[in-house]
Amino acid sequence: MLVGILVVAAAAIWVALPTNPGVHLDLLGQTIDHDIVVHEGLDLQGGMQVLLEADVQPGVKVTADSMQAARQIVERRVNALGVAEPLIQQGEGNRIIVELPGIKDPDQAIKTFGETGLLEFVDAGSTYLPEGSAVTTSLGGPTTTGAPAATAGAATPAASPTSAASPTPAASPAPAAPPTGAAAGSTPAPTPAPSATAQPGASPTPAPAPKAYNTVIQGKDLKSADVAFDEYGRPEISFTLTDEGAKAFGEYTTNNVGRYLAIVLDKRVISSPVIQSPITEGRGRITGKFTLAEAKSLAIQLKYGALPIPLKVIQNRTVGPTLGQDSLQKSLVAGIIGLSIVAAFMLIYYRVPGLLADLALVIYTAAVFALFKLIPVTLTLAGVAGFILSIGMAVDANILIFERMKEELRAGRSLRAAIDAGFGRAWTSIRDSNVSTIITCIILFWFGMSFGASIIQGFALTLFIGVVVSMFTAILVSRTFLHLLVDAGLVHDLRWYGLVEGPARPTPAEKPA
Amino acid sequence: MEAGQKTTSVLNIVGKRYWFFLFSALIIIPGLVSLLIPPGLKLGVDFTGGTLWELQFQSVPPTAAVRPVFTSFGHDALVQTTGETSVLIRTKEIHADAPEKGAIEQALREKLGDFKELRFESVGPTVGAEASSRATFAVALASLGILLYLWYAFRRVPNSFRYGVCAIVALLHDALVVLGVFSILGRVAGIEIDSLFVTALLTVIGFSVHDTIVVFDRIRENMIRHAGESFESVVNHSLTQTLGRSLSTSLTVIFTLTALVLFGGITTRIFALTLLIGIVSGTYSSIFNASQLLVVWENGELGKLFRGHKPVGATT
Repeated sequence: MLVGILVVAAAAIWVALPTNPGVHLDLLGQTIDHDIVVHEGLDLQGGMQVLLEADVQPGVKVTADSMQAARQIVERRVNALGVAEPLIQQGEGNRIIVELPGIKDPDQAIKTFGETGLLEFVDAGSTYLPEGSAVTTSLGGPTTTGAPAATAGAATPAASPTSAASPTPAASPAPAAPPTGAAAGSTPAPTPAPSATAQPGASPTPAPAPKAYNTVIQGKDLKSADVAFDEYGRPEISFTLTDEGAKAFGEYTTNNVGRYLAIVLDKRVISSPVIQSPITEGRGRITGKFTLAEAKSLAIQLKYGALPIPLKVIQNRTVGPTLGQDSLQKSLVAGIIGLSIVAAFMLIYYRVPGLLADLALVIYTAAVFALFKLIPVTLTLAGVAGFILSIGMAVDANILIFERMKEELRAGRSLRAAIDAGFGRAWTSIRDSNVSTIITCIILFWFGMSFGASIIQGFALTLFIGVVVSMFTAILVSRTFLHLLVDAGLVHDLRWYGLVEGPARPTPAEKPA
Repeated sequence: MEAGQKTTSVLNIVGKRYWFFLFSALIIIPGLVSLLIPPGLKLGVDFTGGTLWELQFQSVPPTAAVRPVFTSFGHDALVQTTGETSVLIRTKEIHADAPEKGAIEQALREKLGDFKELRFESVGPTVGAEASSRATFAVALASLGILLYLWYAFRRVPNSFRYGVCAIVALLHDALVVLGVFSILGRVAGIEIDSLFVTALLTVIGFSVHDTIVVFDRIRENMIRHAGESFESVVNHSLTQTLGRSLSTSLTVIFTLTALVLFGGITTRIFALTLLIGIVSGTYSSIFNASQLLVVWENGELGKLFRGHKPVGATT
């Protein structure tokens, strides 16, 4: 038993140490290359967590398949962003949870994976469509009012391809007026729509008529899309078309030289070039006022396709890294101070068993921390707080046992018998009281799960692990140590065990002090 | 059997139970009053929806200058300083992917200089409302789960269902203390309730019961050992015996939490404080309320309690 405990303790300490080199083995031809590190949560290393929800009219049903497809597209886009360890999960209902630890530009990231990304090449005939204007195409019209796409800033995603050109009284924020004159969308109005407030100082847009422009080719006809640079070094998108797309495009451009071809993203015009000559090789460029970030964003969207259903952001939590690191340092200090005080208290009040409990406590701390690294548990600040709390609670089992022991000793039992009785009797109390904490942990976990609050889940998990491990160390480890001590015949004077006065009658195997 | 117990005299805690009830009432009532007057609790954006935005500027920003920037965008913002150079802005929901956020940032930079975004939290109204109902539901569910478990654990004791109920009453006591304190703090110091608060509350509930169970456990055991004695006497014995342990356990937890409050980071400070208040209350209610309630029930004094009759001292 003792050997077992020592081995586990040593292993735990080795895993828990920050200088741990990880496991790198070559085992029967299989390489295990695993770094054992602490996984830091969003609030520690900074990052963003976003809750997306399907943006459809109330009453419209979203199939599980389309949610699944949307999630996959979001996932691919997120992966293309190059974030380490992103998390994309289906949430409850029509929701997707996206977590991006350590992301540098969270706002741009949301635009990249959250926008619908439906690209259309639209026959504008002899009409020049200004950039930023909202249009209705043969695939549908805009349903939300918002600000322009892919120019200075991007929009909350617009229409789903199957909806009719009817505006919704959408709940979007009052759009600000970026001075570069991109108009906020006034929707084509078959119904008197509560359109967005007109922006003073914006260039007057011809209110897009309910005319539906014909879509010639769209995003899915693209074979590839990449960021490129024009002769002035400005970012643009160069694309190639699939065979079908190339054919359709070639036909169209041949018959329509000299007319406007509007390039539309999510129902907003990006640019409106004139067709100079037929394009039959199936490649081209999209130019517009892109920043490099926007161009990259668009390229990612085009690469993986448009979302089958538009998504909107219903919750956004972004934490900068500085806040977290500072708090972490302080919390660790607090933890160590707390641990020391508890250890001192145990020593003073319970003396010898207290000392052993302190040893068990150290093993406990190492074991729990090692588990955090191994499972791995994503550590958040609340989780650290939970861990520190559980240190205080971990001694509770020991206290229960020791108090029992004191009683048994007062009643005149032998040392060994008192120890056993102490452990035995206290077990029911320990079990029952820890169960209530465990029930709470389970409920907390569920509470956090429902809206992606990984911080709460982290806390519940750390507390749960803490409680379970504490039961183990308190009972197994302390008992082993105590038995060892008694068997070694080292300390017999009962005063070492915290009794203020001796027992009612002399106990066997006791050497009077 | 009594010979072994002679080393400590039995404390007549139960006898003074009405004093303890009074004390509890004194603590709870101000909080309760504050809770009942709307707005009872200062709810954070997690529950009301809206945006919480913390920015760190390079030099001390005049907070008075921050607000007008937001007003020009149609946002009625609350601004407070959170550090030497940082401000916390609270307003309605801002979408990070809409140009609005970028525009506000630009305006802020022009007027007040460069800043770093410490955190940005924006919660839509549906999610906020959901969170509130979930929180309430979670608390109710936790209480129910605990009640059921206690009923099962104490099934062999006569009137086992009472133990569950009294534990829940003690739990409610603790929850009310915590809520009351934060209701008052919300009015006085503007401290908000967020989802972390709910987490702390649920933890306090778990711990409070943890504590109460140890006492009940001992009562259960002593009822067998001291079969002939009055219930009141049994409870007194139990309380005396567990006093050392209850206080010790709570002390260790209080030590670690105080360390967190004093030395821990600012983000966890309020969280640790909530836990601290709750656990102190939990210890108190386990010893001085829960068991007394059992006695009161057993003795049939409940009716007298509600008619305002307060006997002082033991009835047996």
